[in-house]
Amino acid sequence: MSSAEDAAGIPSPEGQTELIDTDYQIGQDNVEGRVGPFGFDVHNPVFMVSALTIVAFVFYALALPEQAGNLFGWLRPWLTSTFDVFFLSAANIFVLFCLFLIVSPWGKVRLGGKEAKPDYSYTGWFAMLFAAGMGIGLMFFGVLEPVYHMALSHPLGTPSPFDANGDLIAANVDRAKAMGLAATIYHWGLHPWAIYAVVALALALFSFNKGLPLTIRSAFYPIFGERIWGWTGHVIDILAVFATLFGLATSLGFGAQQANAGLNHVFGFPVSVPVQIVLITGITGIALFSVLRGLDGGVKLLSEINMAIAALLLVFVLLAGPTLLIMADFGKGLVAYAKEILPLSNPIGRSDDAYRDGWTAFYWAWWISWSPFVGMFIARVSRGRTVREFITCVLIIPSLVCVLWMAVFGGVAIDQVLSNPAASAVKEHVIDNYNPPLSLFAMLEGLPLSSITSVIAIVLVIVFFVTSSDSGSLVIDTITAGGKVDAPVPQRVFWASFEGAVAIVLLVGGGLSALQAMVISTGLPFTLVLLLMCWAIFKGLRAEPR
Amino acid sequence: MMFDSIMVPVDLRHASSLAKALTIAADLAKAQNATVTYVGVTSPEPGELGHNPGEYARKLEEFAAAQAQTHGLKTTAHMIVAHDPAIDLDHKLSEAAEEIGADLIIVATHVPNVADYIWSSHGGHLANHAKASVFLVRG
Repeated sequence: MSSAEDAAGIPSPEGQTELIDTDYQIGQDNVEGRVGPFGFDVHNPVFMVSALTIVAFVFYALALPEQAGNLFGWLRPWLTSTFDVFFLSAANIFVLFCLFLIVSPWGKVRLGGKEAKPDYSYTGWFAMLFAAGMGIGLMFFGVLEPVYHMALSHPLGTPSPFDANGDLIAANVDRAKAMGLAATIYHWGLHPWAIYAVVALALALFSFNKGLPLTIRSAFYPIFGERIWGWTGHVIDILAVFATLFGLATSLGFGAQQANAGLNHVFGFPVSVPVQIVLITGITGIALFSVLRGLDGGVKLLSEINMAIAALLLVFVLLAGPTLLIMADFGKGLVAYAKEILPLSNPIGRSDDAYRDGWTAFYWAWWISWSPFVGMFIARVSRGRTVREFITCVLIIPSLVCVLWMAVFGGVAIDQVLSNPAASAVKEHVIDNYNPPLSLFAMLEGLPLSSITSVIAIVLVIVFFVTSSDSGSLVIDTITAGGKVDAPVPQRVFWASFEGAVAIVLLVGGGLSALQAMVISTGLPFTLVLLLMCWAIFKGLRAEPR
Repeated sequence: MMFDSIMVPVDLRHASSLAKALTIAADLAKAQNATVTYVGVTSPEPGELGHNPGEYARKLEEFAAAQAQTHGLKTTAHMIVAHDPAIDLDHKLSEAAEEIGADLIIVATHVPNVADYIWSSHGGHLANHAKASVFLVRG
């Protein structure tokens, strides 16, 4: 690694950075060529091994659906219950590390060099990181989770406000409600964003400041040195491609099911696999269109539009529901989160297995397996920000938005359930019969103009899936092109279509749950990867001129 | 003279395919006593041509200086930084042509094929949208 003095030989108009002196030329492992009139430029081992292994997995899940289902059906809960202490502790480390960086002197380091200007405004930047990271989850879980944790999952042993007959137990109500909000915000607040922030920071630092290609392996230079250009790095990148592609295919299948449920609820469309295939094809088509319009014209535009519509829906629910109550819930939610975050993050000595393993450990594994994708995307759009600014905006602000979202959507739903349980559609679809895709629509039913808001919600759900798919395709394209962001356009068309195809094939073959389990399984090795990344970030930041 | 400023978009990664366009640009520039501006597009991320846009700008300037030496021309370099070069190239090149005040754009392109029905070549896009004259050199 060269020192700042050596790097002085390479002028950069944006300020001194610690460029890493390596003989590796970006593109040296790539294979360029043409398939008919279409060009391609791919990283030889990573592209071939990823594509082939993905195809092999799809064949396995289709040829032996029961065996695959059983294997992964066993694997997933085994992972989350055996490694729960590991997942919870790791996530806590990431939060503490991020908070440490904010206050440390290394917070002053600017991504891209001292004089680098941010590439995007705060609005565009924020819309993109939100849409890539979390939008769809908030839509799906915003109503479901607060109600579920209030009544059914008993976080930290909190008793339900309903007794066995479905009657309210007045003494339990306040505590259950506070815990419902806190336990949900815990899953959508500091911890997941810290996971994304760690990966994004590592990638941005090693790419914009150290001059290494924009792939996951680059963050490991301080640890493995030149070996990252060989199979050590290939394995890291291939794992990242798996996690991203399978995560996206799962979410496409998942999204199609949710959109189908919504369309059935509002318009009476049949809930069936052909309808879901049409939905996946449609979502993939829109994502393709967005990917062809590029980062600014496609991904950013859609993210901003979606954020605006989501904000409108939030304001509507806030005003149409019990407004003062919701605003009080926002405060109560923040306070409850602050109070309960330590007990909820405690990895040991707990007895609330259903919540801790079935929700928390599962979520952490899921966020971690998504982090290469979301982290790389955030890294790509974050040049010009200081580390302090970066972590504050990636950690604190989205957490506050999530608190607000949960307070509004979850708060209204909880209020509907508790004030009139017999008439509450939410109670019917979450507590009495567990039907997650309907939870959001059930809550909207209790407010005026529900047919309009339900249609808006369906549109939002679809567009959030599109923004995940288009940003994910760009990320996979970059990793499989060896870090090049300017690979021929037909390649990203290939990846966007391939994701859709994998999702359809697995949906038809009944393999979606196998896929979901597979996604969680990649979370385990990646947790180690992220812990190493923290160390690499620290070493990398220390070497930067300030 | 008809042309005072000639713009030549260049992809330094595939410099060998530019030979024809560069020769023609040099000949025309000498005949018209015009300045040639070589325009290149790069991304903020590290790529084959440099760790950062600063390095790329230097490479482009060296290229322009080498062309000036070889052909005896007046040349300059103009670098564009795009977030998504593969997609942004077309409109960035059109913008650059206006910024530089080019009268003529000489761009290397390929013989039309099936793919051009789906999306036009960069040269094709410039021919359709640029205000300046455009010379497509097929090669």
